[in-house]
Amino acid sequence: MAAANATRDKVGTWVGFVLILVWCLLPVAWILSLSFKGTDETAAGSPQFLPKDATLQNYRDILDNPDFLDALRNSFGIAAISTLLSVIFATLAAYAIARLEFRGKRAVLSLALAIAMFPVVSLVGPLFDMWRTFGLFNTWPGLIIPYMSFTLPLAIWTLSAFFREIPWEMEQAAQVDGATSWQAFRKVIVPLAAPGVFTAAILTFFFAWNEFVLAISLTSTTSSRTVPAQMSYFVGPDPFNPPYGQLATASVVVTVPIIIIVLLFQRKIVAGLTSGAVKG
Amino acid sequence: MSTVAKPPMAAGTKPSAKVVVTDRARAENRLGLRLVLPAVVVMLVVTAWPMLRALYLSMYRYRLTTPDDREFVGFSNYATVLTDSLFWRDTWNTLLIMVVTVAVELVIGFAFAMVMHRIVFARGAMRTSILIPYGIITVVSAFAWQFAFSLNNGFVNAWFAWLPWISSDTNWFGSHWPAMFAIMVSEIWKTTPFMALLLLAGLSQVSEDMIEAAKVDGATWWQRLRKVILPNMRAAIMVAVLFRALDAFRIFDNIFVMTRGAQDTESSSFLTYRQVIEQMQLGLGSALSVLLFLTVLLLAWLIVRLFRVDLAQARGEG
Repeated sequence: MAAANATRDKVGTWVGFVLILVWCLLPVAWILSLSFKGTDETAAGSPQFLPKDATLQNYRDILDNPDFLDALRNSFGIAAISTLLSVIFATLAAYAIARLEFRGKRAVLSLALAIAMFPVVSLVGPLFDMWRTFGLFNTWPGLIIPYMSFTLPLAIWTLSAFFREIPWEMEQAAQVDGATSWQAFRKVIVPLAAPGVFTAAILTFFFAWNEFVLAISLTSTTSSRTVPAQMSYFVGPDPFNPPYGQLATASVVVTVPIIIIVLLFQRKIVAGLTSGAVKG
Repeated sequence: MSTVAKPPMAAGTKPSAKVVVTDRARAENRLGLRLVLPAVVVMLVVTAWPMLRALYLSMYRYRLTTPDDREFVGFSNYATVLTDSLFWRDTWNTLLIMVVTVAVELVIGFAFAMVMHRIVFARGAMRTSILIPYGIITVVSAFAWQFAFSLNNGFVNAWFAWLPWISSDTNWFGSHWPAMFAIMVSEIWKTTPFMALLLLAGLSQVSEDMIEAAKVDGATWWQRLRKVILPNMRAAIMVAVLFRALDAFRIFDNIFVMTRGAQDTESSSFLTYRQVIEQMQLGLGSALSVLLFLTVLLLAWLIVRLFRVDLAQARGEG
């Protein structure tokens, strides 16, 4: 009886495992397959999953498309700068929240929570108006500033959860053993805090890389348009027959960095995503 | 912001025997405030200030194409919005998408969490694949599913033609409900992993001993789930539902890419975007922004209330 149960559990887990893999990877396999279908094939209609005769033409076209390359550069630049700044501000704030007693600590955490749930589209109107007045419309800083604000809550929550776990007494212990305070900080605290900071950086980068509402509202040319916004304008000459292959190829190209980051840092990302959730 | 300046003075006026300790506490207080200040300023500059500006602009008739005709109109923009059937249709669409996607995600996400909790092999591979939908750009997910449901180039019709309501020429984006279905599939696909991970964190907090004890007492699988596991992960469920519901309520990317609001699939966010960016109706659009903001506040309050009441009831029973 117990053995039968154990076998059933094992089979169930296996089936669940396979179902999860199919769920997660099928659409990815689909765009990958679509990216190898030539224009002739999609124009004629090709409902089968795999390409009839695979071609690399889409990849050659997309990597030759200056608009796409501009968008890729904008996406990388804007996401990287927002991430860097957001993580710096969040580290300062999270250190204070985790280690210091000060008034208004709760207010800061509540503010962060409120902003995490804020309907971004509500800001599109006023920001559009303000950014045009300040000359920030259609510039990198015009996107970097709001991306910082919207990623700070997640970064602060993740980092303060990490910082609470750090054994800070070790800093004093190192100083007692003759280390200067800078040495104690560099050799003891930085290595302990680095994984948390890094996790916050990954989550922030994902947000900025993915963001769409502000990206289409606050930009107007390829000088600052990011990849998601550029892709939504990438309709081609015939609106009833979008360039399936090219869009799929662009999708594959922007998904590759995500897959690399996920492959390398999956454990950290999961820890970061769930750090605030358990305590409730 | 006034509360930020106050505390040091308040601490200073309090007479205390331990002057040294007070000084230390004051210094710590000051350092703490200084460290959080940049983050607080950045968060407020891009949210509170524009929101106040939206409140102000919503009282005006203001079109960016004719900026000189700006005129104070009081609450008439709100009256226009609230009496417009388009606003109510879009709000209904958005609420429907929110309720359906969160409910489906909760069920599938919980099943995923159970599998991930039990699995002893290939944990890394599992984590990696579950994070891919989470990390993928929403616009990419929307394109992938739009193409999957496409009439000429999609595999969905070909694979599922054996179902009675699907044939090889089903046009998913040709009418309201199929289009809504496709939009929800993309939304659910992309966000279920996030739900699953939050639920997994909650699940791993439930003590194995308690489940084992219930098993020994002869509780069935369903009883163990309902009476032991779920009540013990209520906090995790609340966090997951709160975040996902408010996130689903902001749905925009999927609709923008897949239908552009055609077939009555427009959401509240899309309506606001269209008024502001396409129609340049800043006054009317600001009224919509304020209403959207208030709706989100109301929803957050309702969800927190809902779970609190449940918690109190559970305590009453026990």
